[in-house]
Amino acid sequence: MLKQIEGSRAVAEAVALCRPEVICAYPISPQTHIVEGLGEMVKGGELEGCEFINVESEFAAMSVAIGASAAGARAYTATASQGLLYMAEAVFNASGLGLPIVMTVANRAIGAPINIWNDHTDAMSQRDCGWIQLFAEDNQEALDLHIQAFRLGEELSLPVMVCMDGFILTHAYERVDVPTQEQVDAWLPAFEPRQVLDPAEPVSIGAMVGPEAFMEVRYLAHAKQMRALELIPGWAEEFRTAFGRESGGLLRSYRTEDADTVVVALGSVLGTIKDTVDEMRRDGAKIGVLGITCFRPWPLAAVRAALARAKRVVVIEKALAVGLGGIVSSNVRTSFTGSPDAVHAVIAGLGGRSITRASLARVFAAAMGGKLEPLTFLDLDRALVERALAREREQRRSGPIAENMLRDVGVVAAGPA
Amino acid sequence: MFQVRIHGRGGQGVVTAAEMLSVAAFLEGQHAQAFPSFGSERTGAPVVAFCRIDDREIRLREPVLEPDALIIQDPTLLHQVDVFGGLARDGYVLINTSRTFEALGVGEFARSLRAERLCTVPATEVALQHVGRPLPNAALLGGFAALAGRISLDSVAAAIREKFDGKVAEGNVAAAREAYAIVRGALRETCHAEAD
Repeated sequence: MLKQIEGSRAVAEAVALCRPEVICAYPISPQTHIVEGLGEMVKGGELEGCEFINVESEFAAMSVAIGASAAGARAYTATASQGLLYMAEAVFNASGLGLPIVMTVANRAIGAPINIWNDHTDAMSQRDCGWIQLFAEDNQEALDLHIQAFRLGEELSLPVMVCMDGFILTHAYERVDVPTQEQVDAWLPAFEPRQVLDPAEPVSIGAMVGPEAFMEVRYLAHAKQMRALELIPGWAEEFRTAFGRESGGLLRSYRTEDADTVVVALGSVLGTIKDTVDEMRRDGAKIGVLGITCFRPWPLAAVRAALARAKRVVVIEKALAVGLGGIVSSNVRTSFTGSPDAVHAVIAGLGGRSITRASLARVFAAAMGGKLEPLTFLDLDRALVERALAREREQRRSGPIAENMLRDVGVVAAGPA
Repeated sequence: MFQVRIHGRGGQGVVTAAEMLSVAAFLEGQHAQAFPSFGSERTGAPVVAFCRIDDREIRLREPVLEPDALIIQDPTLLHQVDVFGGLARDGYVLINTSRTFEALGVGEFARSLRAERLCTVPATEVALQHVGRPLPNAALLGGFAALAGRISLDSVAAAIREKFDGKVAEGNVAAAREAYAIVRGALRETCHAEAD
């Protein structure tokens, strides 16, 4: 059924259709309307057979999800930003134990400085935690990826993180097609756990493992993620047949057939990039787009094939590996057979800065003209940075960087000198 | 693509207005995308929300930089925020006020635009009368339906009823209808004035 609803609401409806049995969430910021909506559905009786547990922290949220999943329940939670970091230890435990929890991460920046807006730093900080990470391009895909996530996670006994851009998607009203309960029931089988805490048949889960087998347990987690690379394309095709639309998969190419320049990105910025590429195509530029839906496992072979023809690659990424540069671009370089110098990292949109067509077009044109540095920062206010550096040169006690910059740009009134 | 930018202050239902506008367009079979600007959410602080309407899928995620229409829920913003920034020369402007563009100090700017695409409506007073609270958003959408003709008043009413229930919904629908009538009347006067 077509609906014009908020992204968070669309995801809440999708999760409800997946018949979760335990939803646990820390209800205070940073949180989304997703769990609020689910909480109302449980309380209102629309979502039957599900226990909604308000917990005291994100660490507790993931811990409760672990307990619920280990007891054989289909478990779900959602978080973002600092909340994801606060649960990090339990996030590793969930994947280490092989528990197929599904979690939405409504991507937001990580402080300090305090910032509540969108970028991918939260999800990227957990990229090696052993969870499958899927990134949604729009709210329809966010909705669909949750349905796929439960099946994928439960098939492999691995947890799945569905990443959707905070605010840009979670707070956007747009058209989504919400499937029927029958459609979802037909596509998503009941959860058949490989391990269950059951008093009738007692087992231990979470034993200490020493050097004799720890490496093998980790290896198996890796092997399972590699197995996901084999399953995901077929399931995306199956999903298309059952639901009548393309969603998920490892990656999606757009106008790359004859493209010398390919732009790589994750998430909602792909829409703006595609519009920019359409405009540049009208002027004859041979440019295309590669959207990565599955970031973990990294679809090395698929990315390599998709970039086989490209002379240069521009990666637009919403996170910064301080001291290195791009994270996505570092992954892309492992999949690019051309020179590593032909893969350009463009850090963009940090802390919610708008990524506009005009700025993207400038960067793409620079890349095609051979004038783009290996690492650039989209729309960086260099003068602001220079003035901060000058302050540091001028006096040892130059003061707090963020507050000085805010005063400099005039966001807060200048205090006493 | 038709792009609307709504300016107001925290607590005036600016974001809700954009969402209802998108629902109204959706009900008419259009694609629509509504989203807030992501500033600090404080009562009284300047707030911006956006709505794009198109007959095909909308992929663009940048803020609306070159609006085809502006809805200004609080006229005190006119000299505080660059509300007219990027407005198309043939753009629509609807301001919540009982004063004229001239009296608001934007007469000169208004003369550079098409007179039949500019209008004011005392939406806060209309809302107080029908809803009992100074929330001008629904009334302004009624006025906008009359001004731009992009969505019908019936779709606005349906969108309001999706967002609100019972008496609140009906009060807001009544406010939208009255604002629609006010703008229709004002536009007729503008046309007559131009004909003279």
